Amino acid sequence: MSSELRYTANTQLEHLHARYTGTGHADLTKYEWLTHQHRDTLSSIVGHPPLASYLAIADGEAIGRVKFEMTERMLQPCGPPPAKDD
Amino acid sequence: MHLYNLTLQPPTAITQAIVGNFSGARQQEIIVSRGTRLELLRPDVQTGKVSTIITSDVFGSIRSLAAFRLTGGTKDYAIVGSDSGRIVILDYDPKTSTFVKVHQETYGKSGARRIVPGQYLATDPKGRSVMIAAMEKAKLVYILNRDAAANLTISSPLEAHKNNAVIHHIVGLDVGFENPTFAALEVDYTESDQDPSGEAFNNAEKLLTYYELDLGLNHVVRKWSEPTDPRANLLVQVPGGQLSASDRYDGPSGVLVCCEDHIIYRHMDAPQHRVPIPRRRHPLEDKERGLIITAAVMHKMKGAFFFLLQSEEGDLYKVTIEHEEQDVKSLKIKYFDTVPVASSLCILKSGFLFVAAEFGNHHLYQFQKLGDDDNEPEFSSTMYPNYGMANPTLALPRAYFRPRGLDNLTLVDELESLDPIVDAKVLNLLPNSDSPQIFAACGRGGRSSLRMLRHGLDVEEVVSSDLPGIPNAVWTTKIREDDPYDSYIILSFVNGTLVLSIGETIEEVQDTGFLSSSPTLAVQQLGADALLQVHPHGIRHVLADRRVNEWRVPQGKTIVCATTNRRQVVVALSSAELVYFELDLEGQLNEYQERKAMGSTVLALSVGEVPEGRQRTPFLAVGCEDQTVRIVSLDPESTLDTISLQALTAPPSAICIADMLDAGINKVQPTTFVNIGLQNGVLLRTVLDPINGQLTDTRTRFLGTRPIKLVRVQVQKNPGILALSSRSWLNYTHQNLMHFTPLIFDNLDYAWSFSAELCPEGLIGISGSVLRIFQIPKLGTKLKQDAIPLSYTPRKMIVHPTNGLFYLIEGDHRVMGEEAKEKKVEELRRQGKEVDEEMLNLPPEVFGRQKAPAGTWASGIRIVSPVDAQTVTFIPLDNNESAFSIAIVPFAARGGELTLVVGTAQDTFLAPRSCTSGFLRTYRFVNDGRDLELLHKTETNDVPLAVMAFQGRLAAGVGKSLRLYDIGKKKLLRKVENKSFSGAIVTLNTQGSRIIVGDMQESIHYAVYKAPENRLLVFADDAQPRWTTAVTMVDYNTVAAGDRFGNVFVNRLDAKISDQVDDDPTGAGILHEKGVLMGAPHKTALLAHFHVGDIVTSIQKVALVAGGREVLLYTGLHGTVGILVPFVSKEDVDFISTLEQHMRTEQLSLVGRDHLAWRGYYVPVKAVVDGDLCEQFARLPASKQSNIATELDRTVGEVLKKLEQLRVTASGF
Repeated sequence: MSSELRYTANTQLEHLHARYTGTGHADLTKYEWLTHQHRDTLSSIVGHPPLASYLAIADGEAIGRVKFEMTERMLQPCGPPPAKDD
Repeated sequence: MHLYNLTLQPPTAITQAIVGNFSGARQQEIIVSRGTRLELLRPDVQTGKVSTIITSDVFGSIRSLAAFRLTGGTKDYAIVGSDSGRIVILDYDPKTSTFVKVHQETYGKSGARRIVPGQYLATDPKGRSVMIAAMEKAKLVYILNRDAAANLTISSPLEAHKNNAVIHHIVGLDVGFENPTFAALEVDYTESDQDPSGEAFNNAEKLLTYYELDLGLNHVVRKWSEPTDPRANLLVQVPGGQLSASDRYDGPSGVLVCCEDHIIYRHMDAPQHRVPIPRRRHPLEDKERGLIITAAVMHKMKGAFFFLLQSEEGDLYKVTIEHEEQDVKSLKIKYFDTVPVASSLCILKSGFLFVAAEFGNHHLYQFQKLGDDDNEPEFSSTMYPNYGMANPTLALPRAYFRPRGLDNLTLVDELESLDPIVDAKVLNLLPNSDSPQIFAACGRGGRSSLRMLRHGLDVEEVVSSDLPGIPNAVWTTKIREDDPYDSYIILSFVNGTLVLSIGETIEEVQDTGFLSSSPTLAVQQLGADALLQVHPHGIRHVLADRRVNEWRVPQGKTIVCATTNRRQVVVALSSAELVYFELDLEGQLNEYQERKAMGSTVLALSVGEVPEGRQRTPFLAVGCEDQTVRIVSLDPESTLDTISLQALTAPPSAICIADMLDAGINKVQPTTFVNIGLQNGVLLRTVLDPINGQLTDTRTRFLGTRPIKLVRVQVQKNPGILALSSRSWLNYTHQNLMHFTPLIFDNLDYAWSFSAELCPEGLIGISGSVLRIFQIPKLGTKLKQDAIPLSYTPRKMIVHPTNGLFYLIEGDHRVMGEEAKEKKVEELRRQGKEVDEEMLNLPPEVFGRQKAPAGTWASGIRIVSPVDAQTVTFIPLDNNESAFSIAIVPFAARGGELTLVVGTAQDTFLAPRSCTSGFLRTYRFVNDGRDLELLHKTETNDVPLAVMAFQGRLAAGVGKSLRLYDIGKKKLLRKVENKSFSGAIVTLNTQGSRIIVGDMQESIHYAVYKAPENRLLVFADDAQPRWTTAVTMVDYNTVAAGDRFGNVFVNRLDAKISDQVDDDPTGAGILHEKGVLMGAPHKTALLAHFHVGDIVTSIQKVALVAGGREVLLYTGLHGTVGILVPFVSKEDVDFISTLEQHMRTEQLSLVGRDHLAWRGYYVPVKAVVDGDLCEQFARLPASKQSNIATELDRTVGEVLKKLEQLRVTASGF
């Protein structure tokens, strides 16, 4: 790979990261990864009607409530981030 | 293995509904999304009955729907947001009765992803633009317009993205003709993702943001953004904008922000108004719990508007806004009525409210009044300081109301829905039934039911009356050609004929001109105003003035059969001769000069109806004893010449020619079908070529054990055929396609159409000596449902092997059991509080049950007799226990006595799963299984989610461990345990000493029990993680299962490994083998994989047709019933897969989803052909059909025949 190509590939990658929230990268922390996973899962539950129904039946809540609580949880699905050491 | 997937019953859940004038006519229609299907419903304004106009499989998942109308237009379009990464605008074309894709714009990746729009849709009320949003960040705005030719145009998308923002809801603002504006409810997570102290999270603000589309500059700007209640979940549009005629404002514009416990009126630069959401005044109210609005609808009338909001408990609130021009004076809320919790509410201009229930049947209500002058307490924002916004962070004092029965609404129609099917069993329990029934445990909470599904059309009996003797045939007839209704019923007995007249009452009449001393062979209304009776010795032509012209049979002969239509009469004599009569223009019935000798006794005759504007029909079908059917010409050029001949396998018993529309064969014109019923109960359906009279495209179907009788009847003003054998079948055209469905009714000996004022579309039949008039209310359905009500959400069920009773466990989370309720009430009474008995005893099937905190359960065991359709016994569980699994175990230690084991758990929490203790409750059957006696309870450390009988013992999946128990005097005794499972065991199946264990998250494990060493060993598992929901063993080495993401798959273990494991007597070999991929030493291979689009809740191997092959029948959560049929030959596989490939290239998906990607949503589709797609072949335009057929080296007819044959032989549907 020529240096020039590496350079453009990198900017493209950055561009992609900005564009596609949730894409992983080499310096991803465990917390970030987990949070992305949870947010993806939560939005998938809201986005697939049978899954939302499934959870609503198990939990004894209305589908609307399940969707609302899932969306609420997307704000911080895995608790606060770990404190930075430096 | 290669499988063919067929949906027998499409999903019945409605995930969203929209209302509009989609046909452009005056009446309004409703478009509903059934998850993977779009359906157009039309409520009849007079009768209030909802009928389905079209239904279309979209081969994708519909996530959002919106209706819009271009300014000045008269017709609404539907916009669909789906998982295809495309926005689609659909137009309903009433001429062809199809949805037409007007626009399909790609904007992102497919799949229901976090940042790909499709989840939310909002339209500008003036139809100028639409916003489509994702769960996070992405919002796209499209401008809608029309071009010079008045066609709808769509712009390229404008972005209104906001990074790191979770979107809760969006709505189009009503701003009149100012720039289109959208409101969004968003939460930014940038700061809370960075702040380890959690403070940013606690202070995270939910923002109400206005996005304005500047039509002049063609871009979107964030116009206004203000924090609102942090627990807001829904936005509702408030009317606004100026009327063009006057300067008055329609309303104040802005939005209602529905929050937990509150409704806030919000608009830019305007004071806020806040009212509480009134709560039920229930003695057992959980004070901690908030109340949210889950569905809302706004309705505009002349000069006024109101909102109906529905809470998660099902209560409807009427919300009104008092305003002066643009200034809001007050926001008012009051209780309206209680209806089932809805996924969508639609108000129709004709005064109906359509409630698409989130679970259970959907309802159509009619408004009786609008709750204007009743005594319900009304809460206004003016009752609170600063319009309720004095301190926005504090809740307003709680408001209460008393729920009551319907007052403002009345129920007018109900659409049956199986959603959700939690468990199902397929077996034949009914006497005199040759095909099995599906018993589905459906519903949620108080609206649950156990439904028996039978293949067939529901029949509604209107009249049933006993007759003096046993008639052998019945007819009805009009007197004149243009009469709207029938006037006479004619009954033929062995020795006479009885004529009844239809009026206010049905009574015998004498002077009709019919011969009453002889049986009758045929009756016909002839020409303009004459009647005709064929009896064994002659033909009577009764003229309008009661004169009778009689033609007599030559001496020594009789008429054996006859066929008639409005202008033609053909009779067959005992001498095997045909005599032909035709009505001339003067109304005289003339005999054709020659008679035709057939050479063999004639058993059946049929002529079709005279085509519109013609003198005669040119073909006669004659069935003879020599096992042939001949087509004889009635054309004047070649009268009574034999044109073609078809050999049969048995003597015919009836023939019927009918012109019916089948869009699969011909889209425009009806096709002439010759139906031939044989004496052995087989029906042949052939197509009569109208040019040369040849019979082509023969399809056969076995109808029953008795010789077939065929009758031409009218179904929805179109010709249909009633075929009578040991079952009665109706062949009719519905939504342009031919259907052939049995009637669920007593055996009929003969039948005919019946039309009277009170029953315009009825049928009349005789069974034995009973005359019955009936009608078929739900054409197009294939499964008849009979429901038995249940108290709580069903969880699992099991059938007793001998007495045919069902044992069903029910349980509801967040609901208090009866016992706990009584305790609580008593405690309240002790505290001196008054307890409202009426509130406690509200019927749960209407109002649901009062919600309790998480960890509260109400549960019970129900014994149901499905044949009598009633509950035998209900045994409630106490101590906050809930049942999760059930099995009938013949314990060897008790000499094989059948014992019921129910796995329960106390104080269960779902996520993370926990309980104070699990129990295995052991019951003895008493009173022939009609009651249960508790033997003992065995404690377990986790929730027993699966139990099963295994070699005279009990196998139980208790949390992560698999155990075998034997029965003891005071407890079940644990014999052996395997704790190597990672998630939780949810299913168990067994054959021999093998146990198939379904893990909640880790797919299917194969375990073996080695009795000599008392070892329970896992020797094989799946390489893929799967969230198992339902499993069945196809054979000893093969399992078919469904997972939580809507897939079905088949896994197989290598036969060699299977033998090796079975041959190892102690299991030492397995014990010391090295694991692969951190699991068992052997892996199963994936044989087949298919994405159904609905979560499979039960799967079973069963033969649906008597003597037919076994198929895999699955049920889906949203009400899907489908089958997977194994192909029998390689040729079939090749043929159907090639057809599927061609069908895929047709891009039939209405939402623009790629079919291959849809069926391979999570794992690429493998070895399964989508029969639903293949069957769309019948709906393709003729040119495409013939192109595909040519590619396949077949004719169109052959392709259709093959598809029908696959369906009929596998399912009988």
